[in-house]
This record gives sequence, C-alpha cells and structure tokens, in this order.
Amino acid sequence: MNLWLIPLCPLIGFLLSGLLGKRLPKQLVNIVCVGSVAVSFGLVLFLLAQIYPVDTPVTEHDFTWIQSGFLKVGFDLTVDRLTAVMLLVVTGVGLLIHLYSIGYMDHEEGYGRFFAFLNLFMFFMLVLVMASNLLLVFVGWEGVGLCSYLLVGFYFKEKFAGDAANKAFIVNRIGDFGFMLGIFLLLIQFKTLDFVSIAAAVKTMPIETSIGGTLTVITLLLFVGACGKSAQLPLYVWLPDAMAGPTPVSALIHAATMVTAGVYMVARVSFLYDHAPSAMHIVAIVGLATAVFAATIGLAQNDIKKVFAYSTVSQLGYMFLALGLGAYSAGIFHLMTHAFFKALLFLGAGSVIHGLSGEQDLRHMGGLRKAMPITFVTLGIASLTISGVPFLSGFYSKDAILAAAYESQWPWMFWVGAGTAGLTAFYVFRAYFLTFLGKYRGHHHPHESPLVMTFPLMVLAALSIGGGFLSVPQWLAPMFPLTEHGVDLTPMLISVGFGVGGIVLAYVMYVLAPGLSDGVKSASGPIYTLLANKYYIDELYSAVIVRPLILVSRTVLWRGVDQGLIDTGLVNGLGKVIEAFGSVARRWQSGSIRNSATWILAGSLLLIFILGLGAAR
Amino acid sequence: MDHIPVSWYLTLSAILFGMGVAGFIYRKSVITVFMSIELMLNAVNLTFVTFSYQNRNIDGHIYSFFVMVVAAAEAAVGLAIILTIFKNRGTLQIDDIDSMKL
Repeated sequence: MNLWLIPLCPLIGFLLSGLLGKRLPKQLVNIVCVGSVAVSFGLVLFLLAQIYPVDTPVTEHDFTWIQSGFLKVGFDLTVDRLTAVMLLVVTGVGLLIHLYSIGYMDHEEGYGRFFAFLNLFMFFMLVLVMASNLLLVFVGWEGVGLCSYLLVGFYFKEKFAGDAANKAFIVNRIGDFGFMLGIFLLLIQFKTLDFVSIAAAVKTMPIETSIGGTLTVITLLLFVGACGKSAQLPLYVWLPDAMAGPTPVSALIHAATMVTAGVYMVARVSFLYDHAPSAMHIVAIVGLATAVFAATIGLAQNDIKKVFAYSTVSQLGYMFLALGLGAYSAGIFHLMTHAFFKALLFLGAGSVIHGLSGEQDLRHMGGLRKAMPITFVTLGIASLTISGVPFLSGFYSKDAILAAAYESQWPWMFWVGAGTAGLTAFYVFRAYFLTFLGKYRGHHHPHESPLVMTFPLMVLAALSIGGGFLSVPQWLAPMFPLTEHGVDLTPMLISVGFGVGGIVLAYVMYVLAPGLSDGVKSASGPIYTLLANKYYIDELYSAVIVRPLILVSRTVLWRGVDQGLIDTGLVNGLGKVIEAFGSVARRWQSGSIRNSATWILAGSLLLIFILGLGAAR
Repeated sequence: MDHIPVSWYLTLSAILFGMGVAGFIYRKSVITVFMSIELMLNAVNLTFVTFSYQNRNIDGHIYSFFVMVVAAAEAAVGLAIILTIFKNRGTLQIDDIDSMKL
C-alpha cells in the first residue's frame, strides 16, 4: 500500500475547503473535511491490518527532496510500531474531534477556514509522525506550528487571540532554533539525517559520561525544541494562552496531538538519548519540575480551559519524566491515554462552554448536572481517568511512569510525581465540581449539546476507560525493551492514595463545605495570589526579555539604525548627494534653445579644432 | 570657373554658415531663427557642391538635392507650426515660448 495516501487525504481536504470553502455549502465542507480524515483513518486501519504485527518497519521512498553534496534528504515515510500508535491516535482522535467541530463551530464565522486549517494540521501531523528522517520531521513540526498559530488566532478580530497566536509562534521559534541547531550538529556528525542510518552509527559509539559530549549536546538541543513544542519549562508559557483558539483546536492540537510531538520526537531518537545519560537526567528533571509547577498553577485558575491547559502542561511533564527515566514506552503509553482523556476533558469543557453560550469562568457555572447529563457523565469519566483511579486508562499509564521513577536511581522523583498526581486529582475535580455540582451561578440557559458533539464524547469516554487495556509497553517492547518491574504494589497504592485523596479533598472543599475553600484561600494568602497569577512568570518574561527587547528595538534598531542610519544616512544622504550634483549639471539643460545652440556651436568648434590639430600634425 | 579658387567658395560658405549661426543664436523672432536655419542649410549645400566639383564626383550634388527636399518639407511643416504658435499665443518672441522649460 502507498503510505503517502494517508497524509494526502487531509491535504486534499485542505485544498478543497481552503480554496473553495467560502462558496461551498456547510454540508459539503463537512463531507470533504471530515470525510478526508475518515478516509485517512480507514487507510491507517487497512494498512495496519495488512502489515500486522509490524515486526519490520515498512519504509517508502516517495521522492528525493534535497540532494547536494553528501546531503541527501528524501520524502521517506516509515511505519513501525511507534508510528502505528501515533497514527491511530492522530487519525482516530482527530476524526472524533473533526466530528465534534461540526456541532461546535456550527454558528461560527469562517466555517470553511476552520476546517481547512484543521485538515492542514492533520496533514502536517501525519507527515511528522511518518517521517523517516529528522528534516522531514522538522517539516511536519513547523507545519503543525503554523496551523497552531492560524487556529489560535482563529478569532483574529479579538486582540487577545492575535496576541496569543503570536506568543505561541514566537516562543516556539526559540525551541525550533535549538531543534535546528541539533539537526545541523547531527548532520555534521553523521552526514545523514535518516533515523536508521544514525541509529546504526550511534550503536558503535561509546556512552558519553561528560555533559560536553557531542551526543549529549545534540540531544539537549533537540530537547530544547521539544520543550518549545511540548510546553515544558521554561517555554511552556504559550500553551495556556493558546486556549484563545476554538475549543476543538485546544483539544486536538493543544492537548492530544501537536503538543505531544516533542515526546514523540524524543522517543523517536531514543537511541541518541540512550548514549547521553546526563541529557536524560536533565530531561527527567525538567519534566518533573514542569509537572509540579504547572499542577500548582492549575490549583488556582478560574477559567475552565486554563485549568485543563495547565493540566496538559503537567501531564506532558510526566511524559518527559518517563522519557528521561528511559521508560520510553511508558511515555508513549501516557501520550496515548492522555490523548483520550485530555481530548475528552477539552471537548467536555467545550460542550459546557457551548451550552453556556461562551461562558468559560468556573465561578459562573455550577449545577449543570441536570442540564447536561451526557457531558456530566463523560467529563466525570475523564476526570477520574486523569486522577489515576484504578482500572481506567490513566491509571495504567501513570502507574507505568511512577513505577519507573520508583525503581530509578532517584526515588525522590517518585514521591514528587505521586504528590503531583494528588494535585492533579484535586484541581481537575475542583473544576468538575464547580461546573456540575452545587447551584447554578450564571445567567444563561444551559442546554445539552447536539448528538454530533456528544457522540465523540461517548467514544472518547469509552477509550478513556478501556485504553489502559491496550498494553502499549508490550506492543513497543521490540523497540524499547521493557524494564521489567516486579509486581510491586507499593508505588501503585501510594499514587492511587494521593489521587483519591485529591478527589476527596476537592469534594470536601467545594461540595460539602463550600465556605472552606474561601477559608483556605484567605489563609494561604500570598501563596494563593502567587498561584493565581501563575508565579508572575509572564510578568517576569515581559520585564526581563520582552520589554528590554522592545526598548532596544525602538531606540537602537528603529530610531537609531533604521531611521538614523538607513533612512537619513543612506537613503536620504544618497539622494542629497545626487541632488547636489544635479543642481550643477542641470544648468546645462536650461531648456533655452539659444543656450543649447551655443553649446552645440562650442562643441563643434572644439571638434573641428581637435581634428584640425590632428590633420596639422 | 577655373580661375575662381575652391577656397573662395568655402570661405563664402563659412561666412554664410556663421551668419546663420549668429542669427539663430541672437535673433529673437521665431521666423528669423527659422530663416537662419535655412541659411545654414544652404551654406552646407554650397560646400557639398564645391567639393563635389573639385572631386569630379556626383555624390555631393545628390546630397544637396536631398538637403533641399528636406529643407522644403521642413519649411512647410515649420511654417505651419509657427503659424499655429502665433494663432495660440499672439507672439513669436522666442523667449516667450518657454512652456517646456523646467
């Protein structure tokens, strides 16, 4: 089968709806855009059925993209077991979210534009996960970044949406810079960007102990890229703001797929990380720090989407913790289950927001249980899943990560991770209880969403429940050998204890004794203010980086270099010089016939004189 | 004609040409300027014919015929232009006709 057909479908959908979207009726846009993703999903299923079990990777060389000296980059696609997981997640969850968008975007302006961008995103994401060399991964990487920018800024008439889009794009540039440097260094070192060739070359290299080793530097640079795309410290700031986009976008791009690209990329080049233990250590620490940091911010947010956004950052931190501990398969496992339950959380939140005509503030919700029964149940399942309640999918994947931490050389990471699981359970259920229980505090008329929106919710709920039984670590075992941890119940029980404790605490504080939360809020005083203001990180970045940059740009670059040097100096200066010469030269061109005639006469006399001289000699 | 030297013809031609140039430069009326041009043309014609005679060659004669034809055509067009200018502006003073100047 031709692998290129899989990304081609959404590309066709993009071209059709992007070029003709305004003129096509909505139904046709639906058929084209949702249909193209459905076809992709079908093709993926068909392909996997054909090559199951994917013991040897299927590779396809479509065309040579770049050939220059030793650099040879092809448009090569590969499907192995890791890609298979990603393909199913991307096309499967993507399809559900496309379906959901039909209902969610129904009343919005720019319907065709929305679906065009969503399809374009699917195309780039599929290129990213199927690419068999790092440069092609980078193509997909930048492509999904572009789509993220376009969709975050979808409501471009609002200033905050445009600002958020710019922020997402610019912060990602920082990460991409590191990623590109990593690619260049790889190219210098190995003369190729093909994963298979690099893996073969790396095998013969020793494991690096110093932090200055080539592989360590390469992996750290690539990790900078992953930090940007997957919203890790210190580049996470764009993701919460990216919630300015429509909710299906938050679910698809900023929860389920694009932000996990960094995790996928690190897993894809795991052979490099295996040779750079100090880089892995840094990855683990950054991941863990992000998990804790974002979870604490999530405690004090009042915007339902912001809560889930910080939760995404936190969960991505877990995934990087797993990668850093060498438990790649646990990281990918959590990536998959996270795609299910976080997409469900966002789509559920979207359903609530849709039902409340755009209200996002938790303080104006409450008591929606009766009005939105399906959303209530499905969002409840998602909340239980993310909290790590036993036998739901999140439990298995989180347990795999925490077990890896428990058995690593740094057991304290386990305790921090387990504590963060408690925080996660607390803030998710805080949002959940504030939304659905108690009394309604708003002034809209809440109503349940249409079937086209609730159906994806139900499917995702089923996946959240059952996803844990798809044993991804076993499936990936040929690529990432299992670190067979014994059936040690201790870490499992501890993390479940933290999770359930968090839920109970949230129940007590926000349902049984609603006054208690205000008491805690005022008792914790400055800490609460610090959390509610997200540790003032945005303000810090603004003061340390953005403002000085703007100041320097305004004074030195703009007024000094551009206006002073280039405009006044070069452009106007050159003009003045030419004008000065011209003011002398123009006297010969007075336009008076007599003058011209005199000059002609003088000229001919001179000519005759010269000729005469020549003849006389 | 044998006893009139070639240099006399050339001198006459030079004098005529000089008068033409002087008229062109110093006279103020368009008509006079125009006549000065004709004078220069004829001075050149005289030179052509003189050299043609001296070299026993017909080319100079042919040239001078060409010049005469062109001068006649030019006179027709030029006078028409002068007439139109006079009609439109009521003057033929060359210094007043300066609308093409910067």
